[in-house]
Amino acid sequence: MRRVYRLWPVLAAGLLLGSPGPVLAQTADVEALRREIEQLRNELAAVQQQYGERLAALEAKLGAAQGTPAPASPPAAPPPQTAEVPPGAAAPGAPAGQLPVYGALTAGSKIFNPDIGMIGNFLGAVGPNRGGSETLAPTPFMTLQESEASFQAIVDPYARADFFLAIGEEGIEVEEGYATFPTLPGGLLVKAGKMRANFGRLNAFHNHTLPWIDRPLVMYNLLGGSSDDPDTGIKDAGVSVSRLIPAGNVFLEATGELYRGDSGTLFTSSRRQDVAALGRLRSYLDLTDQTNFEAGVSYTRGHNDMGSDFLTQLYGADVTLRWRPLSRAIYRSLAARTELIWSRREDLFTVQRAFGFYGSLDYQFARRWFAGGRYDQAERGMNAAIRDRGFSGVLTYWPSEFSQVRGQYRRTRYGDDGRVANELMFQLLFTIGAHGAHPF
Amino acid sequence: MRITRSIIAAAAIALLGASEALAQKKLNVVTSTEDLASIAREVGGDRVNVTALARGYQDPHFVESKPSFILTVNRADLYIAVGRELEIGWLPPLLTSSRNAKIQPGAAGYLDASLNVRILEIPTGQITRAMGDVHPLGNPHYWLEPGNGRLIAQAIRNKLGELSPADRSYFGQRYDDFDGRLAAAEKRWDATMAPYKGTKVVTYHRSWPNFMERFGLEVMGYVEPKPGIPPSPSHTLELIDEMKRQGVKLIVVEPYFSLRTPQAIANQIPGGRVLVLAPSVGGVKDVGDYLQLFDYNVNLLAAALKQVTGK
Repeated sequence: MRRVYRLWPVLAAGLLLGSPGPVLAQTADVEALRREIEQLRNELAAVQQQYGERLAALEAKLGAAQGTPAPASPPAAPPPQTAEVPPGAAAPGAPAGQLPVYGALTAGSKIFNPDIGMIGNFLGAVGPNRGGSETLAPTPFMTLQESEASFQAIVDPYARADFFLAIGEEGIEVEEGYATFPTLPGGLLVKAGKMRANFGRLNAFHNHTLPWIDRPLVMYNLLGGSSDDPDTGIKDAGVSVSRLIPAGNVFLEATGELYRGDSGTLFTSSRRQDVAALGRLRSYLDLTDQTNFEAGVSYTRGHNDMGSDFLTQLYGADVTLRWRPLSRAIYRSLAARTELIWSRREDLFTVQRAFGFYGSLDYQFARRWFAGGRYDQAERGMNAAIRDRGFSGVLTYWPSEFSQVRGQYRRTRYGDDGRVANELMFQLLFTIGAHGAHPF
Repeated sequence: MRITRSIIAAAAIALLGASEALAQKKLNVVTSTEDLASIAREVGGDRVNVTALARGYQDPHFVESKPSFILTVNRADLYIAVGRELEIGWLPPLLTSSRNAKIQPGAAGYLDASLNVRILEIPTGQITRAMGDVHPLGNPHYWLEPGNGRLIAQAIRNKLGELSPADRSYFGQRYDDFDGRLAAAEKRWDATMAPYKGTKVVTYHRSWPNFMERFGLEVMGYVEPKPGIPPSPSHTLELIDEMKRQGVKLIVVEPYFSLRTPQAIANQIPGGRVLVLAPSVGGVKDVGDYLQLFDYNVNLLAAALKQVTGK
């Protein structure tokens, strides 16, 4: 608004300067204006006619698609917009005559807008957290912790793009923004941009797709959690290349990723060559139509906040067992997961070797109801002498595919001095707009 | 000289063998559902290998994008999708991670089977999710009408001919044969269903508009209060009242929904009956192909309607 006020004097000055002038010139001006208006009127009529014709053509098409008799065909279809073959392009086999102009009809259309979605993650907590730890941000009484905006579309015949913006209380962050190239030769799938790294199973999951409100302790303690950031996990700018390895009926996928080397409190890149590298091997097997088994191993390394000479290395193993009876798939399912992570962090004088894991079980016992439990245990990556332990019980209700209410009881024993925190957390997730596919 | 000749002969045989192997190489067709797979088999005959991802007894809206499907799609020369956003929750990531350029949407090996069929219930005006899980591009259960089955077969015939021009006439013959059998069967089905024209039924989900319209039945209401929303007590009571008022006795249910609410409704209605029909090929054991799908549904439905209407 203020900007508009500032413009007033400028506008006024312009009018003042523009208004005085000889009367003769003014009549000439009026004549010119009249001509211009006439011309505009004609143009408008032409445009109107053109649009009317296009609308009729569209209606006819729509009618045909619906199987109803199409309305009378438009009086005269607008001539297709064409262009001449550019000089110099003439050659045997080259295009000849008129070329179609693409994009002319759709220039004003919204049809190429990406699929847009917004997910609200409203959560809260009660109960003492007893000081928590430096790897874990405390959950306030109530917070719209994260609103995730997604923009997804196909870029061109060679790529698609996915953007996920996480809008938190502190500001906006590109949680992920990458292009995927699904049509490369050699069976390669390449992604480039900012991504959640393919380390282990859960790191690549967004918060709203987790079976819990929080993430397991091991992710906060070993994958770069901090008390300032409610989210944790390895996410960085880089390139990911993966391909399938032929192994009969077993799905086997190898992934290699290269990152800049900056991720939370885990990796810090002080020089351009301080990159982080990652490798993952993932296998999957259908045991029956309704039961399947997945196992993976991961490795990553990068430089830590001590400087370029200090490495942090992580080793991970994960196993998932799923059961879902196909004919009752919307009523019953079960997933058992575990993930183990070993961390080796070089410090000034020592090497911190920390280990952590979680094990969880989630059971869907009705169309809208899920219950689950998770056991957590993790040493802290920066100080492996401290070991935190915890247990969570979760109950989830789905009013529809687009919203979710969840309660979680979390009991954590912080290793520093045996403090025990009993927290009750609740969450409301709600989605508007495009609802992307669920990750498997 | 003899050696040269034998080498040339061997090379020629090898080349012949190779070209024969090439000619014999079957097209790998992967489809979203077993209905499309069945029609693709009808048209493709022994020149194609057809695999369906979803099972016929599974809710096609909620299929998991399992990594084993990625392997299947990875080897496909042609992917046939139901379209109309039926697979929106699971197909896009499968195609992206299939590492198969041939079957990406827009490529020659991707066929949306819904593009030239007759689609019902295309929403007009503003739609919101307050209406439940509505399909903005129309009802995707369009294959449950034999006429649409014929149109799907035509699209598949054209696409297969495009991908394998040498077999074009073969696919054409196969299509003509299927078309003939379908037309004969349609006469049979129409005759069986003729006495029940205008009878009202209730269905669980909006899976049956094409089917019911084809055979002249009227869908009076749904067990679901809104598409994709599980039954609620108030809606169930309203439905029972309305069924009693209009004399509707038959509730048609898909095999992947719980029978509890439909059964409870039927128990409240004198002469009420729940009938599980097959919405897809493979939905029940006896339904092995597209023609059997209608044989099964028409016979079962006619028998049930005979019982409840007394005709």
